[in-house]
Amino acid sequence: MKYRFPLVLAVLIASFFGVVFVLQAFERPPVLSSQTGFRGTGMVQVTNPRSDAILWDRNQVPPPPEAADAEGDRASSIYENVPLLGHLSIEQFGRIMQVMTEWVSPEAGCNGCHVEGDFAAENNYRKQVARRMIEMVRHVNNGWANHVQQTGVTCYTCHRGRPVPEQVWSAAPEQGARGMAASPRMQNRGEPSVGLTSLPHDPFSNYLSGAENIRLQSPTALATGTPHSIQNAESVYGMMMHMSEALGVNCTFCHNTRSFSPWDESRGPRVPAWHGIRMVRDLNTNYIAPLRDILPANRLGPMGDALQVNCATCHQGVSRPLFGAPMLRDYPELASPPAQ
Amino acid sequence: MTMLSFEKKYRVRGGTLIGGDLFDFWVGPFYVGFFGVLTIFFSVLGTALILYSTALDGVWNPWKISVAPPDLDYGLALAPLRQGGFWQAITVCALGAFISWALRQAEISRKLGMGMHIPFAYGMAIFAYFSLVVIRPVLMGAWGHGFPYGIWTHLDWVSNVGYQYLHFHYNPAHMLAVSFFFATTLALSMHASVVLAAINPGRGEPVKTTEHENTFFRDAIGYSIGTLGIHRLGLFIALSAGFWSAVCIVISGPFWTRGWPEWWGWWLNLPIWAR
Repeated sequence: MKYRFPLVLAVLIASFFGVVFVLQAFERPPVLSSQTGFRGTGMVQVTNPRSDAILWDRNQVPPPPEAADAEGDRASSIYENVPLLGHLSIEQFGRIMQVMTEWVSPEAGCNGCHVEGDFAAENNYRKQVARRMIEMVRHVNNGWANHVQQTGVTCYTCHRGRPVPEQVWSAAPEQGARGMAASPRMQNRGEPSVGLTSLPHDPFSNYLSGAENIRLQSPTALATGTPHSIQNAESVYGMMMHMSEALGVNCTFCHNTRSFSPWDESRGPRVPAWHGIRMVRDLNTNYIAPLRDILPANRLGPMGDALQVNCATCHQGVSRPLFGAPMLRDYPELASPPAQ
Repeated sequence: MTMLSFEKKYRVRGGTLIGGDLFDFWVGPFYVGFFGVLTIFFSVLGTALILYSTALDGVWNPWKISVAPPDLDYGLALAPLRQGGFWQAITVCALGAFISWALRQAEISRKLGMGMHIPFAYGMAIFAYFSLVVIRPVLMGAWGHGFPYGIWTHLDWVSNVGYQYLHFHYNPAHMLAVSFFFATTLALSMHASVVLAAINPGRGEPVKTTEHENTFFRDAIGYSIGTLGIHRLGLFIALSAGFWSAVCIVISGPFWTRGWPEWWGWWLNLPIWAR
């Protein structure tokens, strides 16, 4: 009997799997778009309202407890070892301890940081880290208004109910992809840190802990002086992929891509972003990296550094963390250090 | 206008799609037809609107002339002329002129008893333009998603829209389109070179034939697609390039709002190698 290839059946089966794949792999209209430049320039943010709703739910601020009375005895009069919060009233002190527990250590409770039965004891490393982190939060709220403006940050901005914030980074081992995609420059691994691209997957060591500059574009049509290498450009592109993914925005949120570098053609948000890069460097260098000495091994990255901050640590997929909710307003204790 | 001696034989009446005999005549070498009139009407009106718009802008440097689409706020409504209405009217004229031209090609093909390959091929280019200025804007809910009509400004638009998806080279349909564009230039250059080689033999040698061309490619790559086949293949890959170009921009936005590299998560997560 002559064999006939069942063409119609094959096409039907192939199109069935094709349709299933397309429905599974893509999004669908309607989408939301907002214009951020002159009409027709393509300066547009595009989002999916279904994903936006999930993002909205995931980035809500927990309701603040009732404000505490600032009058009465100071906390330092009854508690020992309270150098940062001793100037508060006892009621304020209790309130901030309570919310910090909810924000950072809801499961272990007070014993996450404190030695059970001896709250003044100093031999839990988490207590020392927490103290340094309070200093860091106050430093951000006071020294980095050009990034956090008056919105400010609290422990919750990063922690969201976890002892270690979900989105942190550490120096990656010098390891590129293996096999056919092998690369000597930590490339081709499709890591989430660079938006699943082939770009070098640790853009942070150079720019968010090191102070390498991101400006690469030649100001002239043909590069003059010492031109930057393609590897530099890929490294910067990787960093920018991280910023876009962390903020849930595309490149045109800050740049007019016809020319990335000029400030007069860029959008306003590029200014706080520029300060933000420097802020993160400051925090990683002066606050996070030194904690290496007191953190246990299971809280360090594979190269032995502390788990550091990047844009996603606070932003978590939103251009203004927690959709810009002015959370700090309800916790003035974290706004500034005690008056000297 | 001069006409070749045999050309008159091919000037046959009939085959019109609309208008009967009314416009069934030639002006010099050009067939007119109803759609010829329509093409002229739309292209003159469209060009006049561009000139009017740029006169209001006071821009006469050809590089810098630009007619921008409306703000996104206008959605799918009409905009005032100077706030993008010009763009909308010019888009109507452009589509009117392009589609009329294709239908005029169809009429000429009918007169000559040919297939519809030429209007179909040209139709693919119209489809790509239609995707950019109608299909995608409608799917995204605003005419403002169309591209501006200007030599420099449309390039800026391409750049920014590409970077809306972080890294456009990861767009799967863009990959296909680019591959087809490369393939079409490769095929055309191989075809042209073998034809020129066959009809330009050494001094004193006779012009070579199709069998020489076939034998060359059989010797070189083990297969010759043949004289008819190469034109079928050329049409297919050229039209595929245009088709996937249209697809790659229509899916950017309506069917994918994030970075294109992220779309490949399904590939990275295949159970064969997923970590």
